[in-house]
Parts: sequence; structure tokens; C-alpha cells
Amino acid sequence: MEIDPFIFRLSIFILSIFIGYYVVWSVTPSLHTPLMSVTNAISSVIIVGAIIAGLAGNSDDTFTTSNTLGLLAILLAAVNIFGGFLVTQRMLQMYKKKKKDK
Amino acid sequence: MSANLSAIFYLISGVLFILALRGLSSPETSRQGNFFGILGMTIAISVTFLSIGSFSSGLTYVLIFLLIGGLIGAFIAYKIPMTAMPELVAGFHSLVGLSAVLVAISAFLNPEAFNLGSSGSIKLASLIEMSIGAAVGAITFSGSIIAFLKLQGIMSGSPITFRGQHLFNALLLISIIVLTYLLCSTQSSNYFWILLVVSFLIGFLLIIPIGGADMPVVISMLNSYSGWAAAGIGFTLENTALIITGALVGSSGAILSYIMCKGMNRSFFNVILGGFGAAEQSTSSQGKEYRPVKSGNAEDAAFLMKNASSVIIVPGYGMAVAQAQHALREMVDTLKKNDIKVTYAIHPVAGRMPGHMNVLLAEANVPYDEVFELEEINNDFANADVAFVIGANDVTNPAAKSDPQSPIYGMPVLDVEKCKSVLFVKRSLSPGYAGIDNDLFYKENTLMLFADAKKMTEDITKNL
Repeated sequence: MEIDPFIFRLSIFILSIFIGYYVVWSVTPSLHTPLMSVTNAISSVIIVGAIIAGLAGNSDDTFTTSNTLGLLAILLAAVNIFGGFLVTQRMLQMYKKKKKDK
Repeated sequence: MSANLSAIFYLISGVLFILALRGLSSPETSRQGNFFGILGMTIAISVTFLSIGSFSSGLTYVLIFLLIGGLIGAFIAYKIPMTAMPELVAGFHSLVGLSAVLVAISAFLNPEAFNLGSSGSIKLASLIEMSIGAAVGAITFSGSIIAFLKLQGIMSGSPITFRGQHLFNALLLISIIVLTYLLCSTQSSNYFWILLVVSFLIGFLLIIPIGGADMPVVISMLNSYSGWAAAGIGFTLENTALIITGALVGSSGAILSYIMCKGMNRSFFNVILGGFGAAEQSTSSQGKEYRPVKSGNAEDAAFLMKNASSVIIVPGYGMAVAQAQHALREMVDTLKKNDIKVTYAIHPVAGRMPGHMNVLLAEANVPYDEVFELEEINNDFANADVAFVIGANDVTNPAAKSDPQSPIYGMPVLDVEKCKSVLFVKRSLSPGYAGIDNDLFYKENTLMLFADAKKMTEDITKNL
């Protein structure tokens, strides 16, 4: 009997939860705010779905409801991706060690 | 590009996202981590374009929307003050939630494009996954909007409760399951729309009873939800990158919620069921008798600190509100010139989001190796000469250790009272967010400095 591909995806999902669990526990508490902003940025990988939705159909009619919703989702996700990564970058830039020449 | 090849690339970007989080285990590796994250995202987006192959005229619009969104995002990222990070993150969560909803609707209306069957006969598994993604996305969206409004001060931070709230919420949650079942058995779009409306309503009702002081938990929780929503959509789209990311973000948010709850010694359900601040205010205002406090001015404070050999700074939300972090660092610089040892003590729930104080101190150029967490520094208070509490309150309240009647009893607190003397910068004697009087104000060795945090810190620096 063949295994449903869903089971494979479920396995990836479950294992990723465990990876996430251990990786996040090792994040130092002082970086919890950047952790939130970067997780926010990467969860916007949902843009992948939005792009498919935005380009769906292949017809001459570019603005079916489904496409328009996709385009809107692209806009929102893009705000998140750029905003999230850049603000994380900006924060991480500020974390400095004590100067040695003191 | 073949489906197998793109699946491998999605897997690679998923792995890069794991590395992005891994990098945050120390500030040195964190910037590299962020780069991995950006790389992963770039791969995921490029592969999506390549796998579609034949482009319709929509491509131009897709790129335009991508560009506009990117510019808005970049603009916000550069303009936002660090004190506004909690609002920003809440706002961003709402965007993730809403885009999950939009993608789900789009997939529901045009299932052929996503390879999910045809309209009216969508594959059962896809339909369930889609409903979960859409419902969680909608909850994330409306919940984050409320959190955003509360953090911005547009909406009052005090909890809003009504009778039968919990029962009503429970009924709504059950109705989601029923609606999903009906949707799957009838394929009728009406159920899908009702499902969305109910989910928006739940997100709204879930957050309004939670008070301002519990915002760190709320933000972490919504972070988690946005991850589960992404994972739900990932299952629908059969996309590994989304599934991995969703799981990572979901568990990350859940862990942060747990850490925040532990920082307040409250169970997750206790926070979620809400109404903390409102319930306590009535009891604490009754039995309050007048007690004398010692108050001083900047000169007194400067004198105390000048004669100290070690000072521990305890920052809290008040420092963020007064934007006092830069003035504080100047004061510390002056102290250091006088050979006084200065460290910072940060409570897990100080501020309005996890790690909020650390970012503000980093912004003011405070080196991160002078900043310590509660467990690392709590024993040092006994040996320190001065504790300088700026904008913090409940996290220093000794009642959490001594008074079983206190609503915050059992919460881990900073042992500020063990210092030889305590300087408490505060605008008035009003209780903190939890609505509890702080015994520390009336202690023999406490000197209250009633002023705006920023102004007081500047005055002290002048007197040093």
C-alpha cells in the first residue's frame, strides 16, 4: 500500500515543531524581541501562496476575484518581509559588546 | 522547473529559516542568522516564480505589488522608534493573519490554480487544511488588531469583560468545528464565509478581556497563531517551506508565551481568560492606610550614588514611555568615570514584549554584556550599594515573596530591597499595571524620586 503524501508533510511538520522547540530554547533572552520580528518575517513566506494566487488562471482576465485577493496578499506579505527583516537587522546592529580599550 | 526540484529548493529555504533562528542564540551570530533568513526568503520567492513558468499578464502586477509592499515595509522599518516595537510586531502579526486569510479565500475560489480539485468539489483534506489556515489566520488578524490598538493607547488597556464571556467564546469555538464539518460535507461557500466571520469575532473577543500588563503574553501568543496559520496554508499548498516555517514560528511563539507566563507565575489559561487588572483594583484600594514615604531630589540621589561602589539599574516600561534610555546611559557613563561598577537587571516581563528592555538599552549603546537576566543577577543585590529602579514597579514588589494574599504572590521578582539603598524613580505613588501597592515604597532604605524618568536621570547626571 502506498503512503499518502499528506503523511510525509505531517512528518515534516511534527519534526519541525521539535526543531523549533529546541532551537528557540537556545535563543538568549536578550534577543527575544529580534526573535519575534524575525519569526514574523519568515512566516511571511506565505507570499509563496499569494504569488500562485496572483498569477493563477493564465487567462487574459488579470483581475478575477481570486487574482486580486492574491495581489493584495502579496502586498501585505511584502510589507512584512521587508519590514520584518530590516527592522531585525536594525536591532541586531545595536547589540554591541563592551569596548576593549576601556 | 520540475515539481521535485522546486520542492527541494523549498526544503533548502526551510533549513535556512531554521539557521536564522539558530543564529539568535548569541548576539555575535545573530546578524549572520538574519542573513540566512533573507536568503531563504529570496530562494522561496524565486523558486515560486520559476515553477509557474508560463506567465500571464498578471506578472507585472505581481511585481508592482511586491515592490510597493517592500517599500512600505522598508520605510516602516527605518522610521519606527525602538520604543514602539511591541506595536510594530502586533501590527505585522495582523498582516500575516490577513494574508493567510486572503490566500485561503483565493484557493477556495480558484482551487484549480492550486491543484486542489475543482470548484465545488475540492479535495476533502485540502478543504480541512484550508479551513484551519483561514480560521487561525482570521483569529490572528483581529486579535493582533486589538493588541495593536491597546498598545498604541487608541483603545484602553484595561480589560473589557462581560457576563457569560467564556461560555460565549467556547460556543464560538465549537461552532468553528461544526462549520468546518458542514463545509466539508456540503462544499457550500456560505459555510466558508460564516466560518471566516466567526473566526474574526473570536480573535476580537479573545483579546479584549486581557489587560495591558499581560501584553507580553498576548504578543507571543499571536506570534504563535500566525505560525499555525502559515502551517495550515502550507498543508493546503503542499509547500514544505511554509510547513517548516509555520511549525518553527508556532513553537517559537508558544515557548515565548510560556516564558512570559512563568515570569508572572500565572498559568496560560489564567492569562487568556483575562480580567486580571480589573478584578484586583477594588480590593487593593479598600484596605489602604496612609503610610509615610521618604522622598528625595536629584541631589540626594547623586550623593548616594557617588558614594556607592556598585549600582544595579532596574529598568521597566516607564523608562520606555519616558524615552529615558539615552539619558540613563549618560548617567551610567558618568558613574563609571568615578569608578563605580554598574550593571543592569532585567525581569523577563519588564516592558510590553519579550526582550523589550534589552533592545532599548542596546539602542542607547549599552553593551549587552553589562545586562543581566533575573536569575543571573538576583544574588548580587545583597552586595550592591544602590539599586536604581527606573520605570519598573510590580517586578520589584517584595509582596510576591512574603504576602500569600497578594495577587502576584509567587511571581519571581528582583530582590531590590536587599540593596543598601533603593532609589525609585516614579511619577507618583500610584500602583503599577497589576493595581497592587508596592511595599518597597515605604521601606526604611528606599528613597522615592518623584519625577519624569528622563528629567530625573538628567538632573542626577548634572549633580554627579
